[in-house]
Amino acid sequence: MEIFKNIAVILLTGILTENFVLSKFLGICPFLGVSKKASSSLGMGIAVTFVMLFATAATYPIYHGVLVPLKIEYMQTVAFILIIALLVQLVEMAMKKYMPPLYKALGVYLPLITTNCAVLGVTILNIDNGYNFGESLVNALGAGLGFLLVMLIFSGVRGRIERCNVPKAMQGTPITLIAASIVSLAFIGFGGIVDNIFGAL
Amino acid sequence: MSYLKEFTKGILKENPNLVMLLGMCPTLAVTTMAENGLGMGLATTFVLVCSNLVISLLKKVIPSQVRLPSFIVIISGFVTLVGMLLQKYIPSLYDALGLFLSLITVNCIILGRAEMFACKNRALPSVLDGLGMGIGFTLSLLTVGSFREILGSGSWFGIKLLPDFIEPMTIFILPAGGFFSLGVIIAIVGKISKRKPKDISCSGCPNRGSCKFAEDEGDTAEAAQTEK
Repeated sequence: MEIFKNIAVILLTGILTENFVLSKFLGICPFLGVSKKASSSLGMGIAVTFVMLFATAATYPIYHGVLVPLKIEYMQTVAFILIIALLVQLVEMAMKKYMPPLYKALGVYLPLITTNCAVLGVTILNIDNGYNFGESLVNALGAGLGFLLVMLIFSGVRGRIERCNVPKAMQGTPITLIAASIVSLAFIGFGGIVDNIFGAL
Repeated sequence: MSYLKEFTKGILKENPNLVMLLGMCPTLAVTTMAENGLGMGLATTFVLVCSNLVISLLKKVIPSQVRLPSFIVIISGFVTLVGMLLQKYIPSLYDALGLFLSLITVNCIILGRAEMFACKNRALPSVLDGLGMGIGFTLSLLTVGSFREILGSGSWFGIKLLPDFIEPMTIFILPAGGFFSLGVIIAIVGKISKRKPKDISCSGCPNRGSCKFAEDEGDTAEAAQTEK
């Protein structure tokens, strides 16, 4: 029971209260750049979730199996970014060969992910927070799903903005950022929800 | 005087942050206080200048197929160095920046300048370009940081500005206020420089070359796939 509670807390925290995009400011570039259409938001969100899971599964053993025994934890950033770059390439190649339909749907988003700070961010946060392997994976899943959710919500918001008569000075990026601010405001409303649900148990 | 131009273009005309719209994550995340914005900007400037120098010196050695991974390794090396220096000498800033110090590695400004400028130019212009871009980034972080700190905490660099009976608007140091402040500042900069505000696009993204998504968004992505 304790394990399930723990998993649910990490998952819900990642999706709602500590959302990667809206409260940790990770992955802002794809959030603002690719969220014009619901279809591309969905693709990007799924691709990021995948890579986050794979990246966590790859970096966690490397950190605890290689960097810690050799006492070179300071190489964390260098090692992690290399692993992520390699992984994105491998996933792309494997997808192309074995899962062409999936590649066709998600392949275009993969190169964008290497330099997505959310992916590097989630792997480093897992280490910093001292999660074990299972918790790290759950955290990565929560972060990915949170990203996906916000991308989808925001693509809807942007669809509305495009049909609005925005003052000239605010057109383009400024109004997009202000819309993001309002969506972020809505997510503040989730504050404490996780504690309230699970604190009672 | 072309060297001077390389230096000054980054500060306002091609400000990486407010005009080219790159490196948004640190701009939003660390600017709850002017001090943190300044620290982050200077750390990024250091990495940018060093990586531009090394990459422009190595541009003939690095094969173009593996240049992005090579650039990332060079950049992350300097990021690690900055992290160690800050941890030793300015631990308070190291703690305040936290995760975002490591994430300088994936700051698109640095990779973007490496890809667009340093790997095509000689060492001196590359350093000046890095310095100019870095100063531009630092100034914009300082502006956003000051805006948010003054409105959100009623102080600037920790010095109290507002009298006690005026309640500062805490919303400005929350994430929502970050998005709002940046939007307003970009609008003001666009107004002052009389430029039509750009939409966020892929024009500055270092991955543009390898990304079929970059040219125009949406359905063309699938079209590009079938062409291939």
